[in-house]
Amino acid sequence: MSLRSYVIARILLTIPMIMLLLTFVFLVVRVLPGDPASLHFEKQVSPEMLLDFKRRLGLDKPLIVQYFEYLAGLLRGDFGKSMQDFSPVSQQIFSAFPATLELAIFSSIIMVLVGVVLGVQASRSYNSVRDHSIRVFGITSYAIPVFFLGEVLIMIFAIYFHLFPAGDRIYPGMAPTGLTIGGLHWSSGLYVLDSILEGNPTKLGVSLRYLFLPSLTLGTVLCGIFIRLTRGNMLETLQLDFVTAARARGLKERTVVYGYALRNAFLPILTMMGLQFAALLAGAVLTETTFSWPGLGRYLVDRISFRDYTAIQGVVVFFGILVAMVSLAVDIIYAYLDPRIRF
Amino acid sequence: MSMKKEKPQGRILVQLFPSLANLASRGLAGWAILIGAAIVAVMAVMTVVAPWISPYNPIAINVGPILSPPSAEFPLGTNHLGQDMLSRVYSGGAIMFQVAVLSVIVCLVVGVPIGLFASYLGGYTDKVASLVMDSIYAFPGLVLAIAIAAMLGPGVVNMALSIAVVYVPSYFRIIRSQVLTIKELPYVEAASMMGAKSRTTLFRYILPNVIPSIVAVATINFADAVLTSAGLTFVGLGLPVSTPDWGWDLTYGRRLLPSGAWWVIAFPGLMVVLLALGFTMMGEGLSELFNPRLQK
Repeated sequence: MSLRSYVIARILLTIPMIMLLLTFVFLVVRVLPGDPASLHFEKQVSPEMLLDFKRRLGLDKPLIVQYFEYLAGLLRGDFGKSMQDFSPVSQQIFSAFPATLELAIFSSIIMVLVGVVLGVQASRSYNSVRDHSIRVFGITSYAIPVFFLGEVLIMIFAIYFHLFPAGDRIYPGMAPTGLTIGGLHWSSGLYVLDSILEGNPTKLGVSLRYLFLPSLTLGTVLCGIFIRLTRGNMLETLQLDFVTAARARGLKERTVVYGYALRNAFLPILTMMGLQFAALLAGAVLTETTFSWPGLGRYLVDRISFRDYTAIQGVVVFFGILVAMVSLAVDIIYAYLDPRIRF
Repeated sequence: MSMKKEKPQGRILVQLFPSLANLASRGLAGWAILIGAAIVAVMAVMTVVAPWISPYNPIAINVGPILSPPSAEFPLGTNHLGQDMLSRVYSGGAIMFQVAVLSVIVCLVVGVPIGLFASYLGGYTDKVASLVMDSIYAFPGLVLAIAIAAMLGPGVVNMALSIAVVYVPSYFRIIRSQVLTIKELPYVEAASMMGAKSRTTLFRYILPNVIPSIVAVATINFADAVLTSAGLTFVGLGLPVSTPDWGWDLTYGRRLLPSGAWWVIAFPGLMVVLLALGFTMMGEGLSELFNPRLQK
């Protein structure tokens, strides 16, 4: 199969997956016991008020009409209206998304760095105390609730040592402005990038300080699988002839391990990063809540306490589409890098 | 054909128990299973006998001073409601055990038959089932569980259901991959050639060989269910205050951190970690024994 037909086939497979998911979420919100509008009000409201409320959200129409309106809306980037103030959910989603993206990027860096370095260390001292402790750490990292780790880190680094802030993204009113050329402004919403574009090292430092604890928390909880993957891969690779040949040529052990052997683990690690993206988003929901990080996850949790079911549906659908797109992208990159998988 | 009439249970035991005998002599994987099982067993016993060993009623407020650090009278301190943390730690696992057990049962009842039938029948049934399962599998589990739990409302059963929906695909995938291999093996072919009905082939000849993998997935599922139920409680979808729950202590203890009251979250948190760790160790060990090619 050529790369082009693989990409087309993969895209065609993504469409029914997304459709199934959208339908599933729609049904969860509409069909599970109790309709979302009545559930929204904690106490009894008059039937007229309820009807008016439903009408404003389009919840009074027949299910099938609602379904097609919902799909048509999504095509236009409309994720529905909030039950609280009837404002479009998409506005909130797009303003909160950069915070989540920034957290996801930095957590992935920590997750992969810690996982790969520890995995390599474990494989180099196979079956030693160091190897076993690294494996125990890896398994324990699966078992820690991400918010508990976050709370422990807050307690140590924010409350006792005052080294890092306990929450939020930056001091109030300090958000970096991004790129300014003449009268034109452009900002990505990623504070680290915007600080660099603005050319403001103070803001860059502050943004990184705020990012550190949340990223460390999420990265640590998810690094276990990379430890195992790297370790297993390196144990095999270090036995191969080309590694022996590289050693025989007198290369430094460091160069042999990181420059030669580790390259073999690159593709599996990339694939795993794609697979872990969903776990990363799920973890971000809890991490953002722990650190009051103003991203999508915290928005979702906020909406839960307001019983804002239409907004919950919007965020969940957005997460679903995002994950499907990322896994599509990872598969295409993978097929491009490793032609074997296309056949 | 009628030379051997074994009971189906006989086959299952034949498969499972030799692999579980002499765990201690099976290296790290064996030890992981033993230690994991011991942790889980101790915590289960603790939860069951909690009413008899707890010094105070875990939900009674003001049994001691508010936010007292660990002391002789309150070995694990007290929280902001003056509740005894030791008593809460003893009994706080009940909800998690219930949610986890229920969700595993639902997964077994739903996921195992779907996996068996779809992969055995093949064709469109398999394609459609795989597509549905893969779509759910790809989704961030906790987010989906949150959406379902938010609609269902609080409660042990509802929590278990929302977790089960997320984990059914894991069972489906492992069963499918196993059945696809097993159904091509000569002994299965021989059985069908000798005239065994599909049902007999599926349940008596194929299922017993899949059970070890199901057990491994179910243990991992236990660990995830514990963590997910804590997560659901954390986002405000847990049970009412009147139930002692480690998840609740972790959620509300967070607000007490600025006052330095580390003991309110530390002990319940460690219990959740231990419980999830016990199940994870069992699951990892079992997968290593049963699917050695999956990991090195």
